[in-house]
Amino acid sequence: MKKKIGTVLCLLFAILLLALGISKDQPQSVLTKASKVCLECIGIG
Amino acid sequence: MDKKKRIIIQSIAALAQNANFKGFFTGKIYDGKAKSVCVPGLNCYSCPGAVGACPIGSLQNALSGYRFKLPYYVVGLLLFFGVLVGRLICGFLCPFGLLQDLLHHVPFPVKLKRFRADKWLRIVKYVVLVALVIVLPICVKLTPFFCKYLCPSGTVSGLLLALGDRGLFQAFGGLFAWKACILGIIVLASVVIARPFCKYLCPLGAIYGPLNKVSIYHLECDPSKCISCGKCSSVCDMCVDPSKDPNSAECIRCLRCVHECPAKALSPRDGVSGSFRKFFLKRKAGEEKNLG
Repeated sequence: MKKKIGTVLCLLFAILLLALGISKDQPQSVLTKASKVCLECIGIG
Repeated sequence: MDKKKRIIIQSIAALAQNANFKGFFTGKIYDGKAKSVCVPGLNCYSCPGAVGACPIGSLQNALSGYRFKLPYYVVGLLLFFGVLVGRLICGFLCPFGLLQDLLHHVPFPVKLKRFRADKWLRIVKYVVLVALVIVLPICVKLTPFFCKYLCPSGTVSGLLLALGDRGLFQAFGGLFAWKACILGIIVLASVVIARPFCKYLCPLGAIYGPLNKVSIYHLECDPSKCISCGKCSSVCDMCVDPSKDPNSAECIRCLRCVHECPAKALSPRDGVSGSFRKFFLKRKAGEEKNLG
């Protein structure tokens, strides 16, 4: 039972964070960064 | 589930996350709207095939920006994936996990499973998560430390990009040499040890691992069926004993133990269908009682 409560709480927290992030237009900033090659990530820098 | 079926699922997942096949020939990355969504596994968004964003890269970008913003969206997605399936993502959906699994199939006279430092080295991935993914990017702006200095997925992406755009080879310098060394060590280690990067270095494993304890999809061991033969722990590449701790933070849910268990004591469960099953069984029992 404790595990189930933990699962539900974590799931609700995840959904809350997701909704908060979407309301702050954070997917757009992820898109902006991810649509350009990260030179440091590929070893140039 | 046997190894072959899992490799097929892993390959399909890797292809789906890298479905921009054109990019491999042109050396250009995909920049469509799908890149606003993070994929669950470690898949560099600078990979020419990547159609989604890497969650660790996106997390660092958000933390290392000039204006500090809490990355609700990326953390929410990671938590959501983790609560749904835990480290099943490592076992079935991560392209870098697939690469390590394939390398471990390469014949080699010595295959290491347990060694003295193994237990301590597993703590390193939590240090990597805290230091390289969270603390250092917050302190030093615009520097994704994990991606820049450690991530082997980025090195593979660089090589793949350079195949399509030969000019990139000339731009590679000291940093690439460092990253290529790390990639080389991980490749060689993968031949000898199963999934060394997942065990010791992956920050995604450090996030999903503890969520194994609460994930909806989980493993259960029926103690009334378990004959304590030790078969499950002997076949486990992650050196977990599923009969004692079926939801260990180290378990990547490859389900090999479930497949190999002679007494069928281990079984994967998803909380939803389990609850439905219990509900209908109770209802059926109630109806039978009423009829009786």
